[in-house]
Amino acid sequence: MKNLGLKNNVIEVENVYKYYGEVLAVDGVTLTVLKGETLGLIGHNGAGKSTLFKMMLGLIPPTSGVININGTPVHGGAFRELRRTIGYLPENVVFYDNLTGLETLQFFAALKSCERDKCLPLLEKVGLAHAATRRVDGYSKGMRQRLGFAQALLGKPRILFLDEPTTGLDPEGIREFYAILHELNAQGVTVVITSHILSEIQERVQRLAVLKSGKLHALGTVQELRESVDLPLVIQVRQQCPASTLRGVLQCVELESLSVTGNIALIRCHRAQKMEVLRRLGTLGDALQDVVVKEPTLEDVFLGYAG
Amino acid sequence: MLNIEISQIKVIAAKEFRDRIRNRWVIAVAIIFTAFALAITYFGSAQQGEVGLRNIEVTIASLVSLVIYLIPLIALILGYDAIVGERERGSLDLLLSMPITRLELLLGKFLGLSSALASATLAGFGLVGLLLAYQIDLNALYHYVGFMVSAILLGMVFLSLAVMVSVIAKDRARASGGAISVWFLFVLVYDLILLGLLVLSGGSFGEELFPLLLLLNPADIFRILNIFSMEDIKVFYGLATVFPASLSSPWLLGLVMISWIVIPLTIALWRFK
Repeated sequence: MKNLGLKNNVIEVENVYKYYGEVLAVDGVTLTVLKGETLGLIGHNGAGKSTLFKMMLGLIPPTSGVININGTPVHGGAFRELRRTIGYLPENVVFYDNLTGLETLQFFAALKSCERDKCLPLLEKVGLAHAATRRVDGYSKGMRQRLGFAQALLGKPRILFLDEPTTGLDPEGIREFYAILHELNAQGVTVVITSHILSEIQERVQRLAVLKSGKLHALGTVQELRESVDLPLVIQVRQQCPASTLRGVLQCVELESLSVTGNIALIRCHRAQKMEVLRRLGTLGDALQDVVVKEPTLEDVFLGYAG
Repeated sequence: MLNIEISQIKVIAAKEFRDRIRNRWVIAVAIIFTAFALAITYFGSAQQGEVGLRNIEVTIASLVSLVIYLIPLIALILGYDAIVGERERGSLDLLLSMPITRLELLLGKFLGLSSALASATLAGFGLVGLLLAYQIDLNALYHYVGFMVSAILLGMVFLSLAVMVSVIAKDRARASGGAISVWFLFVLVYDLILLGLLVLSGGSFGEELFPLLLLLNPADIFRILNIFSMEDIKVFYGLATVFPASLSSPWLLGLVMISWIVIPLTIALWRFK
């Protein structure tokens, strides 16, 4: 891999495969995460996101391939030290019901050998100070998620792995979460984040990695992905003429599809044909009542890759 | 593997221990032990038409018969959840993402649970021991202390087995099934099989082999540890009385008990991936 060993690479995943028995969960993934960047990992359930995540954290060994963090393989004695600089928020995190929020944080702080008196300020940071001395079994899902985030922030991590971090948070919580993330990013913290909610992360990540059936299908900025997929756009037309007239007008243009229901027509075509279609629609004169052009959303882009 | 951080083991052990104190597990088990021990010491010789705190040897013999069922069961219930519970809850990945090795996590769990069980054993039987201390001589008291120490060892053996089951089992239901099977095997079935072999072979089935087979069952070792000092009550026990004096050194038996603690934990570590 050409970038391997460069100083700017924090995480290097090279040609990684993972078999669970006969099942191939991760199929030859190669990617690098740069220092201080936020990388979004997207894919459907079972696409191999969590497996890849766990391999990057050294929780499960890859069947073959190499994963390095800061140039250190993610296993063995040297990686133990590195773990102190890594924060991890698992998906659907569950804590010990009989501990309070503060005790939970102190337990993990002890394991990470960071100072106990940093725990309460962290709870304040994630908006849980009021519940610090309450037992976790009385916490709502959103509160547990906030506690999980506080846990991931213990010991000023340089790298954060966040698996579906905003699950269960209300819009206010999501906003606060990304505000903290932004602040950390500004301090040069590297973040790998997964989410199902694309509209939520598309503005907040520098690059997206799309996984499908264990393969890395695409890697790049949102704009790069959008351009490379070239999904058809949809032109919605309201008109007062027979369907045959409309078909006649558009006969010579290359369309993906054309469907007419009543006086509403849906035209799907590629960007290159957009202006040609609009010009020809103009020839309908008064029969044309309204035109709406819909660009493909990131969800469409995502489905184009991962659907 | 030589890279062990004791402080990480302590953090895990302290949490496990504090959990059992907080949910009143330790106090509940201590009360059960006290109640049973009191009942046995007081009513233990009722067959002979007397009640009260009397013969210490008979008392220990009765306590051994009780403890041999109770402690393995309690230890298995305490420990079967240790790893599989974390895995099922989803907190195992989080724990393992910390700067901690699997060995440290296993040892921490094992030692924390062991201290909870040991505290309950010491508190429960110790209380009764204090009551007895007024009635009995030093030698008998020594045996009673030996009984408590071996009871703690027995608990640790079955905790070690429970942790092994907890690592191997896929889910909690299977782990509890496995734990119950371990109990049945060592506490009920094993001696019956040995007895059956002995009867079927008409006693020809080696006098030398037989004691060694007893050493393969930690419950039997516990029994042997607690009778040899008391000649006159050998008649109370079945199988263990065919044990030769050469193998009956408490140090040797203690060593075997300790290997019974180490081996399941080693298997657990090997399977813990």
